[in-house]
Amino acid sequence: MEEKKSVASMRAAELAMSAVFLAFGALVMWDSRRLGASWGEDGPQAGYFPFYIGLFIVLSSVVIIFRALNLGEKGRAPFVEWGQLRMVLAVMAPTVVYVALIANPWFGLGIYLASAVYIAFFMKYLGKYPWTKIAPVSIGVVVFFFLMFEVWFKVPLPKGPIEAAIGFN
Amino acid sequence: MQEIQSLMAGFAVAMTWFNLALMLAGVTLGVLIGVLPGLGGANGVAILLPLTFTLSQTPGGATSAIILLSCIYWGALFGGAITSILFNIPGEPWSVATTFDGYPLAQKGRAGAALTAAFTSSFIGALVAVILITFISPVIARFALQFGPPEFFAVYLLTFSAFVGMAKGTPFKTVVAMMTGFALAAVGIDTVTGQLRLTFGFTELLKGFDFLIAVIGLFGIGEILLTIEEGLEFRGTKAKLDLRVVLDTWKELPKYWKTSVRSSVVGCLMGIVPGGATPASFMAYGLAKKMSRDGEEFGTGKVEGVVAPETAAHAAGTSALLPMLTLGVPGSPTAAVLLGGLLIWGLQPGPLLFVENADFVWGLIASMYLGNIVGLIVVLTCVPLFASILRIPFSIIAPVILVICAIGAYTVHTSIFDVWLMLVFGVLGYVFKKLDYPMAPLVLALVLGDRAEDAFRQSMLGPDGSLAVFFANPLVGTMTGVSLLLLFWPLISRALAIVRGRNGRGG
Repeated sequence: MEEKKSVASMRAAELAMSAVFLAFGALVMWDSRRLGASWGEDGPQAGYFPFYIGLFIVLSSVVIIFRALNLGEKGRAPFVEWGQLRMVLAVMAPTVVYVALIANPWFGLGIYLASAVYIAFFMKYLGKYPWTKIAPVSIGVVVFFFLMFEVWFKVPLPKGPIEAAIGFN
Repeated sequence: MQEIQSLMAGFAVAMTWFNLALMLAGVTLGVLIGVLPGLGGANGVAILLPLTFTLSQTPGGATSAIILLSCIYWGALFGGAITSILFNIPGEPWSVATTFDGYPLAQKGRAGAALTAAFTSSFIGALVAVILITFISPVIARFALQFGPPEFFAVYLLTFSAFVGMAKGTPFKTVVAMMTGFALAAVGIDTVTGQLRLTFGFTELLKGFDFLIAVIGLFGIGEILLTIEEGLEFRGTKAKLDLRVVLDTWKELPKYWKTSVRSSVVGCLMGIVPGGATPASFMAYGLAKKMSRDGEEFGTGKVEGVVAPETAAHAAGTSALLPMLTLGVPGSPTAAVLLGGLLIWGLQPGPLLFVENADFVWGLIASMYLGNIVGLIVVLTCVPLFASILRIPFSIIAPVILVICAIGAYTVHTSIFDVWLMLVFGVLGYVFKKLDYPMAPLVLALVLGDRAEDAFRQSMLGPDGSLAVFFANPLVGTMTGVSLLLLFWPLISRALAIVRGRNGRGG
């Protein structure tokens, strides 16, 4: 079955993740060296502590890489299947668009309008709900948050054209 | 009996109508958070933390704020049992052991008994831990007043070594996760020299990473992604809790007093150690299974099998606040978030808290008694309501939770960059879970990183500035020694196993 097909093996995922950590640890060590990672006149320099932290990350990821290479049968198990990955992307992609819509230099919608659009999209495409159900849920949730944050707790959130139109800024 | 007097003063602080209303609100919200996928104690409290700022600035407000947040925590602890028993979905890692007997009981139609047993034993576990906190924490705090930087660094070392020594999987993944937390904590302006560390010229990184963002992303977004991967459809048992079931179960419970006592002790001991709640619940379950008369039947739906892990998990979850209050070292991610709250409200966590903010500390401790009573009443009466929330389809609840997470991340520093960061942490949390990297050490290292480093550097600045300072007196020497023992425990235990194996073959 196509849905059950593995996208990446456990071994590949382990190796990729530890490679990321290896690079991260090396980056930390490199930047710490720049700051000075040795013993100054008055104790450790700014890079001393992070340098060893980077070193620990590098050493541990090397061990994890070796263990991943020797995983054997377990390493061939799927890390994620196609059907699963598609579900995850179906959630992640609209969420990224949502965060982009909240605030950007060109057409920031503000958090309330963006949230309403996001909840509506989610219910329409993943839940296949009719608009008669979508409208009350998405608008109701957003109005509740608006009252809670802007009116009761007075915590300002990013606002867009609609809030400006009703004079709430 | 000075503690009793202080406690009474604490009750006077906590027992106002306003605070009691906050307790009720906090516990209800907490159970809701514990029941919903993607929201748990840690990120639920993290999201609500920014909202408490205005409250905390009024006189006595900090106490009200901590009462609200800690009650959310108690509520979330109670809520975890509901999903475990009715839906076989452990809301929190320490509820896993509750599913072993809780779900079979529910399938047999005894969901009410399982829930009553779980809630009651949670309450008892928490109560034992609160009594422990009442009498032990002033002693520890008084003792810790003499601590200097080397002692504090040794405490931090002990905390983090415990994570490595008690790691379930490979200790190397724990080390990587923890050190990543430390590295992220180092990002930004170095407090001692004023130099920029690990910012690589990005102005967004100047203020460093806030652990609240990490908590919301790792535990919130990551959890949602994992849940959705399963193509989630809740198939749960109906829950009805009438008074008769509750009373019948209460009549049965005293039979298991031995299990309760054992589990409370295990829970309290393990809870003080960081990351202890999960192993405590498994240990208590294992012990009960071994020592109970009908241990053979565990796993088929025995009430005793629910009592053991729930008592231990709550005792551990509650006593995790003991090191947070007395030493400023949180034992769990949620305790870390509460500690972050203290800092935001302008309180300095640590032993001095008991001297300078006695009202606050004792108000909190008194509220632990009251909050757990309120919690028990709320969960016993409102189970059907909470269970019905789980029946709301995922395609409605998921976007709402994601919106809540986004708002929560934004309000921490009113910065949209943090919301992006939350998404990155969310993906990281998803991969971490799938590859079995632990998240708690990362969060705790992110919280304590700067303070651990400061303690280290201050120790080095002292008159005898060398690593020898960590063995300079018996107290710090013992702590450092135990830390190193714990740190290398995975190696030591393996070596012991090899030696024992050889002897076995020889003899």
